[in-house]
This record gives sequence, C-alpha cells and structure tokens, in this order.
Amino acid sequence: MKRPKKEPLNRRGFLKGAAAGAAALVAKSTEAKAQDLQTARPATPLPSARALAAETEPVSTDVEVLTADHPGSDFMLDVIKSLGFEYIAANPGSSFRALHESIVNYGGNKSPELLTCCHEESSVGMAEGYAKVEGKPLAVMAHSTVGLQHAAMAIYNAYAARQPVFIILGNTIDVATRRPGVEWYHSAQDAAAMVRDYSKWDDLPISLTHFAESAVRGYKIAMTPPRGPVVLVADGDLQETPVKDPARLHIPKLTLAAPPAGDPAAVAEVAKLLVAAENPVLLGGQASRTAEGMRLLVELAELLQAPVSGGKFPSRHPLNQQAGGLIRNADVIVGLEVQDFWGTVNNYRDQLERSSRSLTKKDAKLVTITANDLYLKSNYQDFQRYTEVNVAIAADAETTLPSLIEACKRLVTGDRRRVFDERRKKLEATHAQSLEQARTAATYAWDASPISTARLGAELWEVIKDKDWASVGGNVPRLWNAEKHYQTLASGGAAGLGGTLPASVGAALAHRKYGRFCVSIQTDGDFMYAPGVIWTAAHHRIPLLSVMHNNRAYHQEVMHIQRMANRHQRGITNAGIGTTITDPNIDYATIARGLGVHGEGPITDPKDLGPALRRAVAAVQKGEPAVVDVVTQPR
Amino acid sequence: MRYRTLVLTFTTMAFALGAGAYAQAPSTTPPAGNAQNGKKIFASYGCYQCHGYEAQGGPGARLAPRPIAFAAFSRYVRQPTGEMPPYTVKVVSDKELADIYAFLQSISQPPAVKSIPLLNN
Repeated sequence: MKRPKKEPLNRRGFLKGAAAGAAALVAKSTEAKAQDLQTARPATPLPSARALAAETEPVSTDVEVLTADHPGSDFMLDVIKSLGFEYIAANPGSSFRALHESIVNYGGNKSPELLTCCHEESSVGMAEGYAKVEGKPLAVMAHSTVGLQHAAMAIYNAYAARQPVFIILGNTIDVATRRPGVEWYHSAQDAAAMVRDYSKWDDLPISLTHFAESAVRGYKIAMTPPRGPVVLVADGDLQETPVKDPARLHIPKLTLAAPPAGDPAAVAEVAKLLVAAENPVLLGGQASRTAEGMRLLVELAELLQAPVSGGKFPSRHPLNQQAGGLIRNADVIVGLEVQDFWGTVNNYRDQLERSSRSLTKKDAKLVTITANDLYLKSNYQDFQRYTEVNVAIAADAETTLPSLIEACKRLVTGDRRRVFDERRKKLEATHAQSLEQARTAATYAWDASPISTARLGAELWEVIKDKDWASVGGNVPRLWNAEKHYQTLASGGAAGLGGTLPASVGAALAHRKYGRFCVSIQTDGDFMYAPGVIWTAAHHRIPLLSVMHNNRAYHQEVMHIQRMANRHQRGITNAGIGTTITDPNIDYATIARGLGVHGEGPITDPKDLGPALRRAVAAVQKGEPAVVDVVTQPR
Repeated sequence: MRYRTLVLTFTTMAFALGAGAYAQAPSTTPPAGNAQNGKKIFASYGCYQCHGYEAQGGPGARLAPRPIAFAAFSRYVRQPTGEMPPYTVKVVSDKELADIYAFLQSISQPPAVKSIPLLNN
C-alpha cells in the first residue's frame, strides 16, 4: 500500500495530490478540442466562468488515498477465523461488503467458506440445521435492516429450538458516512433491536478491540445452554476504515463455559423418586444434545428399566415407548429439556369452549430438569404454560445425567432390580406390539393414490436402510430403525413454516464431511417459502435427498378453517380457499431441475415411487441434491 | 412443522373412534346409502383431512374397513366428545351421513402385513 502523505479524515476523506492536477489537464485538453469544433457547431456554448475558474486554479500537489492494505474487516475476519467457523452463509449486502471481500480474498474463502444464499431466512435456517448436527454455530452475515427482517423468522425458530447461530449484521451508524439514498433505508440506530426479544445476546462494537471481545463473548454465550442465536453488529465504517497498527490488536482466547449441572441434593431427591417408582417415565425432550447424551439416556433408562418417550433415543430399543398410556399410569414423570411439559401431561380440547384436563394420576410426582429455567424472556411466549411440578432442577439435562445415574445406582437394591426386570419384560412386549400395530396401520391405503405417508416412509426406508443415513428434515417414520444420535435431527423450534427446507440443507452440509447419506421428508407449503436454498445446495454440492410430502395444501390450516366452518355451521366446502396449493398444481420436480438439481415426479402412483427414489439416490450418491415430488395423502 | 400440535389434539378423537376400527360394536341396520356419493363428499366435506382419502386414519382415527355401528358413528359425528369438530345436520344431512357410511362399508380389507415385503425389513 502507498502510504498517504496525510492521514485521511475518514474513509471518504480526500488528500490533495497530483492526480487532481492531472485530471484538470485532461479536462483542459478536451476543452481545447471542443473549442476547435466551435466553428463547425456554432450552437455549442462557451465554458462558464465557473468552469474556466476551476480549470485555471493552481495545480494541486496532494493525492487522494483510494486504497487500503489493512481494512478493519480483515481483522474482523481474523476474529471470525479464531472461532473456528467452517462456513459463513449470506445473501450479499453492501453493509458488509468489506467483510465479504475480506472473506473471499484476504481469507482465501476457507474456514469460513462463504455460502451463497438466496434469502436471509435460508442463511439462518441452514445455520439452525447445521447446529443441530454439529453442535456448534454456523456464521451468518445479514444486511442491516432488510436482511435482518428477512432473517427474523428463522432467528426465532433457532431461538425456540435453543440452537446457536452467530449472526453478523452489517449496518452504518455514522450519518456522515452513509451514502445518500438506499443506505439510509438500510441503516438503523439500534439494528439488533428487532430480534432482541428472540436472540440470546447482541452488541454493537464501536472499535475493533470491542468487536473482538464481543465476538468471542457472543460465541461463548451462544454455546452455553440454553443455547441460542446471538447478533453482532459490524459497523460499516469499522469494516472499511484502515487499521493503523494491526499488531496492536488482540483476539481474546475463547473458553466455553461448562454447562450447568443439577444441584446434588435435588438430583438425589429425583433419584430416590425414580428408584422407588413403580411406573416411572422419562421424557427425552432435547436432553441428548450429543451422542454422549444419548448414551447416558440409554444408560439411565436401562438402569431403571424405565420407558423413554420422545427425544433422541434408539427407535427400536424396547424402552422406546409412545407417551399416551404411559403418562396416565405413571407415578413419576421426569421431563428432560421438554419444551412443552404442560402439553405433555395435560389434554387440551379445542372446541368452542376450550378445556383441559390433567392426564396424570393425582399423586404422580412431576420433575423437570431443564436449562430453560435459567434463561427466559418476556415478550415471545415460547416458554409454554406453567406446570406445577414436585422438583424443578434448573440445569442442563445432559450434564446432569451422569450424577443422576450415579445417584440412582447407589439406591438400587436387589429387590428393586427384580422389579425393574419385570417392568422391562412388560415394556418389551408393549414395544413389539406397538411396532406390529404400526406395520398393520401401514397396510391401510397401501396402494392408494395420493400415496399414503406410510407407503412413502416404507419405500424410502428400503432405499436408505443399508446406507449410513441421517434424517435431516420431517418426522422420522415410525418403522425406521434410527439407532444413532446423528440419524435424527434435534427437535424444537417455533414451528415457523419455511424452516424445514433450509434446515435440511444446513444439516446435510454438516453431515457431508462424514459421508452420510442425508434424507429429508419435505412438505410442500414449507418448500415454497424460500426454495432458492435448493440452488444453494446445488451450487455448493451438498448431497441431499429431499422427498416431498406434497399434500398440495397448508394442510393444518385447511383443518383449522374446517373446524371454524363446522363450529359456525356455515357450510364446509370452502375450507380449501386460501389454504390449498392447487390450480395450478406446483411441479416441484421442474422447479428442482430449474434450480440445478435432480428432479423426479410428480409421483402419484405408488408403484412409480420406488424406481424414482432409486434414480434420485444414484444422483445423491454422485454428490448432488435431488428432489422427488410425491403427491401424498394429507397426513 | 406444524404437525405436532395437531397430532396431539387429535389424539382423543383417535381413541374415541379408533376403538371401533378394531372391534365392531353391536350394530343396528344402517340406513341405505350411496357409497359413490359418500366417497365424493368424504373428500369435499373434509373428512379426508384427518382420516385420509381411504379413511385409513391420520391425525384422526381409522374409520374403515369395518366401521363402527352406524348409531355410534352418527352420534359421534353430530356430538363429538373429543377433538373432532361437530358436523351438525345443517352441514351434513342424515342422507349424506348415510352415504358416507356406505362408502366406509365399501372399503375392502388391506393386504396382510406378511404379503408386503417392504413392511418386513
């Protein structure tokens, strides 16, 4: 970099120099030619007095500095790199143009690699899916006001799912340096305010030192249970202003906080309840953040021979049970990171007069172990209804499991073990019966068109069962054998439509380096919010088999309108108005092909489904995404 | 993603109606109905939304084959005790209900589990 003769006042400041003089000379020469032509074109006006004065003023000796070797954005990228991000997802925006350029040039577009996204909702949705697999955040860049507005729903989804996302928000605070016009629309005095209610933390650094500290602090906060998205505003001037002395800048060391474990006395009390219980139930919730978490949950369940309902737990393990009857018969129910505990232990009836009743026995003991008790906000009501419980442990469930297991072990006697073994036998029988019922249920409408969801699940299982597969979207069908932690995606989220598709792409991205075969059951309504993420998958060669559960409707909404129409007795044939996605039917395979991926369908005959899936699997195995459009029964 | 709430809320209905799908209740002679028209209105009146086009079940109970007795069926449709929205005579006439019932009766037994290789792996 050529050193300026004088310090710039700001990034748009000028230093006087010879270039201005040279420009004036060029202008003068042009003017002379114009004068020569005056006789031929008499209508040409003579130069104004102002123009003549400008051209005859003394030649400047100063130079405007137009380049910088060490923009602040380079240091920002150093900070980002220090946090170990593999990827940074963004739809491009001028408010982070310097950081963008630093990533692709200064950083060599590696660690993080920039992911080109077509919508900020896709960027953040991908980050949520990635975090659910990798257990750490993806970085996202968003463009000030409008970009964050696009990202907002996905941020709320990630917040409700307790998933870490690291959002860097471009913005320009200083009015004196904003470009006139559009940049004003794309600036805010408190840019992160819009998502503050549903992000875990945010900051607006006003120096690079401040940026470094807040980035490291933000990462730590995002990763401490309950995890969540954080927003760091990267001021445009801070990005673009050259760093005077890069050597003086420091990146703080990151030390993640150890997750909080349950209070020993409270854990001992829960262990006492569990060991003494005749019909204990463990609600898996989001307890298994990691593979170790799932191993611990299996260990606890097997120690007590207690059924587990929900959460990540091997699907064909005999202790994996459906909640229904278990809740009614239970004498101890332990909720492990259960988002809606009240909704699990109560029945709610959505008739004209809304009513609810407890599903539990009167003397049943209820226990919650959740980090959600440690962090709560007021406005958005993601915390669900208050539940009366006997023991509430404010702690991370996975971190608490080892001490709970040890506490239980200390209390288990030979007599209790015999009781546990008897319980196991009954649960094994129930589990086998439940699987058989699911198989029988799948036979109904087996050959129907539209295709039944059970048939879809069975056909799909046939093509993936011998692979190292991972489900990255939609419910895992009941008959699949999901025994590994990574084979199911963590539950949770705000149920915002449009979240499944980007999350599936982000999760598939995380699985790619492990060589896992990723499959998603993708609903049509969700697909249509921001289908551009399919192009992102194609562009970045993210292998993913996305199988459409295409019921040609926002089907839950069809049912809600139907419910209202029935309640009001006003005719029941119009529930599809405004809720169905027909006339014309959407051709998702054609959309997929247009976005650069393998497309199959629409498949309406179940006999065509298997061959279409096998062709799509072949494409995915080559490293491509594929979409198979299956026209299905509603559910 | 919005499935979960609905699945939970329809559980009661599944219990209420589902039992009949497994064990047929004592029946009185159902009124004569037009199965073809019943199939049509099963779709147009939205029964399929919870029960599937073939009445195979979903968020709502499986209704066929071997539907519960017409009297119980009719009573539940008019005055459901669970989550199912009420279908009064203003929106489904007795004749139409009979047609729907005839459609449910016309649905044949599915193939056995053992005959479907995909369900045995």
